[in-house]
Amino acid sequence: MLLSGSDILIRTLIEQECDVVFGYPGGQILNVYDSLYKYSDEITHILTAHEQGAAHAADGYARTTGKVGVVISTSGPGATNLVTGIATAYLDSIPMVAICGNVPTSQIGTDSFQEIDITGVTLPITKHNYFVGDVKDLADTVRQAFKLAKSGRPGPVLIDVPKDVQIAMCEYESKGPVECFEKAAAKDVRIEAAAESINLAKRPYIYIGGGVLASNAQTEVLELAEKIDAPIGCSMMALSAIPTDHPRFLGMQGMHGHYASSMAMHKSDLIISLGTRFNDRVTGNRLKFATNAKIVHIDIDGSELSKTVNSVHGLRGDIKLTLQKLIPLLDKAERTEWNDKIAVLRQQEEEYSDNREGLTPKNVVCTVNEFLGENTAVATDVGQHQMWSAQNLYFRKSRRFVSSGGLGTMGFGLGAAIGAYFGTKEKSVLITGDGSFGMCLNELATAVSYKVPVVVLIMNNGVLGMVRQWQTLFFDKHYSNSIIDRKTDFVELARAFGADGDKVTNLTELKNVLAKAFESDMPYVIDCYIDKDEFVLPMLPPGGSMDDIIVKAGD
Amino acid sequence: MNRYTVAVLVRNQFGVLNRVTSMFRRRQFNISSLSVSETESSEFSRITVTFDGEETYKQQLVNQLYKLPDVCSIKEFNSDNSVSCELLLIKMANEAANRDDIRTAASAFGAKTVDYSKDSIVFRLADDSRKIDDFIDLMRDYTILEICRTGSVSLEKGSTTIRQTINL
Repeated sequence: MLLSGSDILIRTLIEQECDVVFGYPGGQILNVYDSLYKYSDEITHILTAHEQGAAHAADGYARTTGKVGVVISTSGPGATNLVTGIATAYLDSIPMVAICGNVPTSQIGTDSFQEIDITGVTLPITKHNYFVGDVKDLADTVRQAFKLAKSGRPGPVLIDVPKDVQIAMCEYESKGPVECFEKAAAKDVRIEAAAESINLAKRPYIYIGGGVLASNAQTEVLELAEKIDAPIGCSMMALSAIPTDHPRFLGMQGMHGHYASSMAMHKSDLIISLGTRFNDRVTGNRLKFATNAKIVHIDIDGSELSKTVNSVHGLRGDIKLTLQKLIPLLDKAERTEWNDKIAVLRQQEEEYSDNREGLTPKNVVCTVNEFLGENTAVATDVGQHQMWSAQNLYFRKSRRFVSSGGLGTMGFGLGAAIGAYFGTKEKSVLITGDGSFGMCLNELATAVSYKVPVVVLIMNNGVLGMVRQWQTLFFDKHYSNSIIDRKTDFVELARAFGADGDKVTNLTELKNVLAKAFESDMPYVIDCYIDKDEFVLPMLPPGGSMDDIIVKAGD
Repeated sequence: MNRYTVAVLVRNQFGVLNRVTSMFRRRQFNISSLSVSETESSEFSRITVTFDGEETYKQQLVNQLYKLPDVCSIKEFNSDNSVSCELLLIKMANEAANRDDIRTAASAFGAKTVDYSKDSIVFRLADDSRKIDDFIDLMRDYTILEICRTGSVSLEKGSTTIRQTINL
C-alpha cells in the first residue's frame, strides 16, 4: 500500500501495539500530527504543556506498564526539550522511543530555522538513535527502535525524521510487533561457580535493582531467598518489586536506606546482586563498602560487572533465566545465626525510628499509604520527599513506584504521574516538594484537560529541603539560595488551572483532604506544610561508610 | 600498564565513528591511536584502537563497545596472535653536514625516500609502532621539520577473520 512517510510512521507505531503517545506539535512534525488525526481511532495522542512533560509522561507510562513509552516532538527546541526526559529514561534503563521532526534533508546542516542536530545531542543519552534520510527505511527503523528499546537492558531510542521524509510516498506493508532479542542465561560454568560460593556463605544478602523488574524475576528472587534463607534488600529502582510487608524484605539500602538493610549488606559475607550497578549512592566509599563480602553479580549488561566494585562472580545474562538455572544448584539451608543477627538489626532500626506525632514527613507518607489501592502508582519528584516516600511507602504490586533514580530529575513527577495514569488506567499519586513541583507544574494543565485524577501531595517546607540538609550538615548552615519561600498559593494555583486543592496543616486535616482527593475524579492538589528542618535519616554521608551512618538528628 | 590493540568491526554507516569516539570521550577512555577504513565488504568498517591501561580498563572498554548497536565484532590482539603496522611520514631538513647520516639511518630502518628537495627530505616508513618510535627518536638528533603518522592497523595471524565471529 502506497503511503506517506508520516502515515507509515503512525501505522508502524500502531503495528507495534502502541496505543497512546505523548507529545507536542510544531512546524516540522505537522505531517505526523496530520496522520495522528487520521488514525485517531487507533492511537491516542496526549498533548502536554511542554515537551519535557511529554517525555516524562512516556517514561511514567513505560515504568508502570513495562511497555515502550512513545513521545513525539517537533525539531529544534521541541527536540532539545526532550533531552532531560530522555536522559532520565536512559539512566534508569526505561524503554522509550522518542520521535522528532526535523527540517527537510536539503536544509540539514545549514542552521535552518528550528534545526538542531538532535542525534548528535542525544548520542550519550540514548541506547541508539537514527536519522532517517530515506522514507524507504522509515518503517524498519521504527521497528528496530522498538526492538532496541525493549531488548536486553532497556533504554531510550530516538528517531529523527526530516519533513520531506514525512511527506515522501512509499510502499508500506504491515508487520507484527517486533520481538526482543533472544534472552539468555549466564554461562553454566559461571553459574556453577557462583552456586559453590553461595553454598559456602554464612551471611548471604540478596540485593536487587531495577533489572529485576526489567527481567520480571520477582518470583525467582523470592524463591532464591527462601532456599538459602537470606534477606532481601534493594536499591531505590527496585522498590515495589517485592511486597513491602514480605518477611524477608529489609527495604531500600544506601545513602538514605533502611538501617537494617544497609547494615545487613555491610555485615554480609556474600552479596547476590541482581540487576544493580553499585552507584555511589548505594556504596558510599567504595573502599570501605561491604569489605567482608564476596559479590555475585548477575546483570544482562556485561559492562556493569566489576564496573565500580569488583565482583568475584560476574554473570552476564538475563536475571530470571539465570536464577532459574542457579536455584536448583543451591543447597536448601537454614542460616539461623544470620537471621538472628538480622532480627537484632531490625530491632535497632525500630529503636532509631521516628515515632513523633503530628505532621512529620513519615506520618504524611504513612497516611497516604492508608489510601493507596493495590494498583495505585505513586510518582515522586526528587529530594527529601522522594527519600521519605522511598522509605515509607507501602507497595503490594510491582511497577507502582515511579521515581527518577539515576538522573535525579526534579520536575519529573507530575508528567510521570500523568503517564502512570494512562499506563494503569487508575488514579495515580504524586508526592512532591515545593521546589520540584515548581519546576514542571505547568503539566497541571494537561492533567485538567484529560481529567487525570492525580492526587498531588506537596510536602511544602518553603526550602529546597535536601540542599538545606546538606548545607546544615556540611556547609555550616550557609543556606545559600535554598530558602525559596515563594508565596505561591498552590491551592489557588490549582484552581487557576481548573483543578481543585486544599491546604493542610495537621494530620487530621490531611486524612480528610486525602479522602476527598481520592474520591475526586479530577486532579487534586494538597498543599501540606511540613517543617523546614526535617532531615532524611538515616544518612550515610557522601563518600562515607556504614561506620559513619547518621541515624538520629544531632548525631 | 599494558598496551592493548582492539579491532572493532562496525556497520559502515554514517556517523558510526562518532558513536564510537563519543563513547570513549564520555567514559573517559584515553586512546593512543585509532584508525578506521572500509573493509573487504562495503557493509562494514574496521576500527583499530590502541590504548594503555590495566586489564579491567580494557574489559570495560570492550564491554562498552559491545553495547553499541553498530558494533558487530571485536577482537583483542597481541604481538603473538597478530601482525600490526603503522605508517610514518617524516620531513627532515636537508643539510649538507648530516645528509649522509640521515640517509644511512633511514636505509637501516627500511624507510623510503619519497620526496627530495634542496632543503628537505621526506621519508616514509611502514612498521610496527615501536620501530617507528625508535626511528623518530633517532631523527631527533637532526632537524625534524614535520611528522605525520597514522594509527596502528592489525590483522590476526592465520586464516581466521574478524567476520567469523560476528554477533549482529
